Amino acid sequence: MLLPEPLQNLITALERLPGIGPKSASRLAFFLLRAPEDISQQLADSLIALKQNTAFCPECYNIMLAGRERCEICDSHARDESVICVVEEPLDVIALERIGAYKGKYHVLHGVLSPIEGIGPDDLKIKPLLARVALGQAKEIILATNPSMEGDATALYLRQQLLPSGVHITRLARGLPVGGDLEYADQNTLLRALSGRQEMG
Amino acid sequence: MKLPRSFRVTAIVLRHADWGEADRIITLFTRERGKVRAIARGARKIRSRKAGHLEPFTHITMQLAASRDMPIVQQVETLDPYLPIRDDLTLTGYAAYVIELLDRFSYEDGTESPSTFQLLAETLKRISAEADPWLAVRYYEMRLLDLLGFRPQLFQCVNCLREVQPEEQYFSPGSGGVICPRCGQGLPGLWRVSVETLKHLRHFQRSNYAEASRAHPSAGTQKELELLMQAYFTYLLERELNTPGFIRRIKG
Repeated sequence: MLLPEPLQNLITALERLPGIGPKSASRLAFFLLRAPEDISQQLADSLIALKQNTAFCPECYNIMLAGRERCEICDSHARDESVICVVEEPLDVIALERIGAYKGKYHVLHGVLSPIEGIGPDDLKIKPLLARVALGQAKEIILATNPSMEGDATALYLRQQLLPSGVHITRLARGLPVGGDLEYADQNTLLRALSGRQEMG
Repeated sequence: MKLPRSFRVTAIVLRHADWGEADRIITLFTRERGKVRAIARGARKIRSRKAGHLEPFTHITMQLAASRDMPIVQQVETLDPYLPIRDDLTLTGYAAYVIELLDRFSYEDGTESPSTFQLLAETLKRISAEADPWLAVRYYEMRLLDLLGFRPQLFQCVNCLREVQPEEQYFSPGSGGVICPRCGQGLPGLWRVSVETLKHLRHFQRSNYAEASRAHPSAGTQKELELLMQAYFTYLLERELNTPGFIRRIKG
């Protein structure tokens, strides 16, 4: 099919986004073509600003505004420096911040170990974490990777690497989700829920 | 053959990948239909009733519903989660290697594969139960080659067809077997095989696991054997495997 080049270029660019196939890409492109000017202008501006105005915090590797020295959490005096919570992705920081109960700092790995996909320790921000721990301020490291095979492998590797430093290492508890159903729980979850049971009252 | 609307399989989860908002694509190796990819809807939600059963290396029984492209996971139940593998990084590495080999060599062709399935299940069980899973992994490699039709010739020289003598030999990944010192001299792409290593390879090839597991190769032989098999797999797959590098990295 012959489409004018600008339109085809946009479709090709949209197709590269995750979860967007050729059909959705064309629909979005035609929507933008017909929509008022300000919608596409705003989209274009924010896309450019996205890369230009963001950076990684050199301490915790969370995403922050470009130009800052450290991210807001690392900069804050209200935050407890002796606890570092290690997460896979920046979105996990948002999820943990939403509960409002955690007052320590973070470290974002930007991925997980995956033996089969060939993602090794050097592909993640593990060395900066070890360097941070070596400074000696951190007393506890909370491993908050996902409770999946890859997340577990990452936690096990971090434990192996952190043990010599003598820091206190903890892992998020795993067990039954709120509103869950025992009948459908897998052995892995149920076993850990049972072994991690807590005193009542 | 037309697939029935809904069917039951016994499977081992090879790998998973995120898909869409909260779904996962699960790659399975089933006893009934070989390698199958299926969609698990909502498997990334924290309250998913399926997610825990669909982690890699889990032995499961499941109900799948045929759809226009990939089948959809309806119900899953774990038969064996091989828990010790998940609590140990080295075992996770070995299990991932076993899975990667099978994943690379298999296609979604819908053929019944009871022997390969049984080998995979037994090997994961051995990795999770034995003090040193090294032998279980090497035995798996040899049996898998048999099942795939790549059984190496270890008893005759693949060139002159004479019986192999107890002396240092060559191994040719391209010819799929041992080449005697007289035929192999000066040929490119050959690997040296010591008498000791060849002895163990032959032992693994013709023994059942109970006998094979009684072997006690020295550290040097272990290393040589591992590298040789790796070279053979790299040749057959035309690319390197990911997990051996990972295993080396976590050990070092």
